Amino acid sequence: MSETSTKVAPKMPSAEEVALIKKFLNDTTLFLGPDPEIMQNHDLMPRSAEEDAAMKTISDAHTVAKIRDRIQAGCDEGYEMVEQMGAAPGAKWGDIITGVYSASGDLAIASAGGVLIFSALVHHPIKFIIKNWVNEPTVGVRDGDGFIHNDSRYGNVHNTDQSMILPIFHKGKLVCWVASTVHEGENGAIEPGGMPSMAESPSDEGLKMCPFKVVENYQIKRDILTFLQNSVREPKLQYEDMKVKLFACLRIKQRIEETLNSDGPEALVATLRTTMENVRAEVKRRVSEWPDMTVRTYIIQDSTLRENCVVKINCKLTKTGDRLIFDFRGSSPEFTNRATNTILAGLKGMLAQCFLCYVWPDLPRGQAAFAPIEVITDPHSIVNSSYDAPNSQSLMSIFTGFTAGQHAVAKFLYSCPEKYTKVHAPTFNMINTFIWGGVSQHGETLGNLCADLNGMGGGARSDTDGEHALAPIFATMADIGEQELNEEDVPFLQLVSKKMTRDAIAPGKYRGGQGYTMIVATKDSEQWGFMTTTQGAKIPPIQGLFGGYACGCYPLSKVKGVDVYDVLLNEPEKFKHSIEEIMNERPFEGAAYTTHHMGMGFEISKRGELFMISQGAGAGYGDLLERDPAGVIRDIEEGLISPGVAERLYKVKFDPVTLAINQEATDAARDAERKARIARSVPYAEFIKSWNKPTPPSHLQYFGCWGDDITKLYMGSADKFRDANTPRPNYMVHPKDVRIAELEARLAALGAMGSDKQ
Amino acid sequence: MKVLMTEYLRIDLDTENWECRVCDHVIGSATKSYKEGLLVHNRDPREIHPPILDPEKYRFTFSPDPEWVRILEFCCPSCGTQVETEYAIPGHPPLYDMEPDLPALKAQWASRGEQKTPVVGPAVAADKGHGH
Repeated sequence: MSETSTKVAPKMPSAEEVALIKKFLNDTTLFLGPDPEIMQNHDLMPRSAEEDAAMKTISDAHTVAKIRDRIQAGCDEGYEMVEQMGAAPGAKWGDIITGVYSASGDLAIASAGGVLIFSALVHHPIKFIIKNWVNEPTVGVRDGDGFIHNDSRYGNVHNTDQSMILPIFHKGKLVCWVASTVHEGENGAIEPGGMPSMAESPSDEGLKMCPFKVVENYQIKRDILTFLQNSVREPKLQYEDMKVKLFACLRIKQRIEETLNSDGPEALVATLRTTMENVRAEVKRRVSEWPDMTVRTYIIQDSTLRENCVVKINCKLTKTGDRLIFDFRGSSPEFTNRATNTILAGLKGMLAQCFLCYVWPDLPRGQAAFAPIEVITDPHSIVNSSYDAPNSQSLMSIFTGFTAGQHAVAKFLYSCPEKYTKVHAPTFNMINTFIWGGVSQHGETLGNLCADLNGMGGGARSDTDGEHALAPIFATMADIGEQELNEEDVPFLQLVSKKMTRDAIAPGKYRGGQGYTMIVATKDSEQWGFMTTTQGAKIPPIQGLFGGYACGCYPLSKVKGVDVYDVLLNEPEKFKHSIEEIMNERPFEGAAYTTHHMGMGFEISKRGELFMISQGAGAGYGDLLERDPAGVIRDIEEGLISPGVAERLYKVKFDPVTLAINQEATDAARDAERKARIARSVPYAEFIKSWNKPTPPSHLQYFGCWGDDITKLYMGSADKFRDANTPRPNYMVHPKDVRIAELEARLAALGAMGSDKQ
Repeated sequence: MKVLMTEYLRIDLDTENWECRVCDHVIGSATKSYKEGLLVHNRDPREIHPPILDPEKYRFTFSPDPEWVRILEFCCPSCGTQVETEYAIPGHPPLYDMEPDLPALKAQWASRGEQKTPVVGPAVAADKGHGH
């Protein structure tokens, strides 16, 4: 270009031309992918003219309350139907939700129990249907239709969850929607069970159902059903649970029709809208009672489930007036070929769960409770991943994001005079369970998981210990199931089940609730295997609160080269009932005993080999030296902590035989420990001189911002990073290639690679 | 007026200082991180989360890896109460975790009476169910 050339302003298209371009693009859309306009917005849709008119007609609070209770009861009834009749283990244990959505697609009322994370997610596919299928002549939305959906990129936690969505018409007019969502498990991915950690692209994640019609005239279309069955490992489950979800939706529809007939459509529409607007307004009022403040925290993921590395979930929570803003900028970049990314809506859903279950459990369940709360992230972040990034193990980022939120929220709530729950230390947040699959003792091909993922330890509260194996953070009213019932269907036994893991503790003035041990062994199949898909074998995935400690770490242990069923038959005295005893005492001669991180890809197991894990503990609260000595002794008596560890940590003095507390000696030991703390600690200013480093440590693969500088995101080392606003690919090397390179380097160092041609 | 901010910290709105609720020690200005007025200890996490599996035999033991994470223990320099813990990547600057807006806090509490004890919040009570 000549230096003397004059720049000419580009010609801007006229309004008419803009309209023409828009029409052209609309008419020639090649692919209806996830719509950013839908997917980025979690607030309520604007009040429609019909809703406005209905609210002017029906404003009586008693009428609204009556109808809301009736709809709520209908949702709960649908929930019970799915739980009782569903074939998926997730359905039986409450990993489900049912709900009624406004005509615009907002979730107005959800079942009281179940996985409330869905409350901030399933509205997205409904809005996709409204936007794209209602006026599409080849699809349409009519009375008797039903739509299915699972692809998380269109609004879901992960692709193992499937929804059935029905429009509800009254005298030919769409008045609302009903939907039922279940954690189905199997979905035809590269590993069984629906949550493949080996997925390196979305194409490895199995069924990818954008919302489409699968029901007409209330009948499931057999050709499409057959296609879906043919795409998964559990064809019978696919059929049964589609029917179950459809009939649960029809029961809720029946309850809605009773309301339409008794009170009219305006009353229903006004109730749904009034409920949402009231909840939204109440949330803003409650937030305004919090102190204006910024709270910072971070949670560390210690693996991608394929390799150990350090992945930061960075959270800054700011409250100003009635605004509450979660800022997750500075969190790790998305992984291009690892499955632990989540779409933004998944993170929002789990934060909504935090408020609905742990902060304001009195609020009606629905989308409105999180609607006014704001969330900021970097583009192509691990908590806001792109269309091309795999996300089948999104739970890793959703759950650690939840914990960051829960930890930050607690620091706002303490001073607030208005509380709806007690201040709560973080709950354990990982799905420490066995995912399984293969051919059962009955010849069935299966792929699913044990409900022990629901046995997460509860965090301590401001005046109480945490409860053991309480509930999963995503479904506070879910069950951990009956293992004996499960064993009728699957070819393995849990030889140790629901026994608390001693010394896997989260100490504090109030200690966290603990998790239990699971030891499994395959028995009646040569084609059966397990996966584990959690983080936290090197770094705890939670933080403690107000001086309390987090939990420890939880590895996977294996014993191979043994048939434990032969041992139980011939030498039963050799079997031990804890991971500690089996691994340390090594009672089975000739067996191989190994430990691993918790990202075990699907592995075929031989009869009688042991796979052993533990559920985790919730975080502790407060200074452990303030713990009531009687509580410490109770923990010893209940097998939660060994006497030596209890005495060393809590500085409690007691008789080793009778466990009688020596109060005087305890007081003296604790006074001495406080003095010892002061003696061994250093002033903050002095400490950071030697502690603070300008970049992440060279011995760790580190991902995310370092310190307060959120503009620079590290991608594995101090010299590899990206600008936060400029996405770049972030590939990980296959762990086997890493290992091969290590071994080749050793061979080269020994001169053994000299003749290899390159 | 004093506002109870955590289990062990309060802010004196008049002096704008963080104070220890256990021993009344003035920790430092509430315009800065309370951590700046505390003592810090870099704790090996294995001391708090003891290995359950023999570390001589196994790579993973139920203890956090001390080369991957440390526990920063913050205590009051006067009474030794452990005010906060932070599980930190080695070398990562400690977080400025609570940064209150003091003018807004003063305005908010101007219409509230001082609370000497914190509000605990409701307990989860068992439903008595239906009865006659």
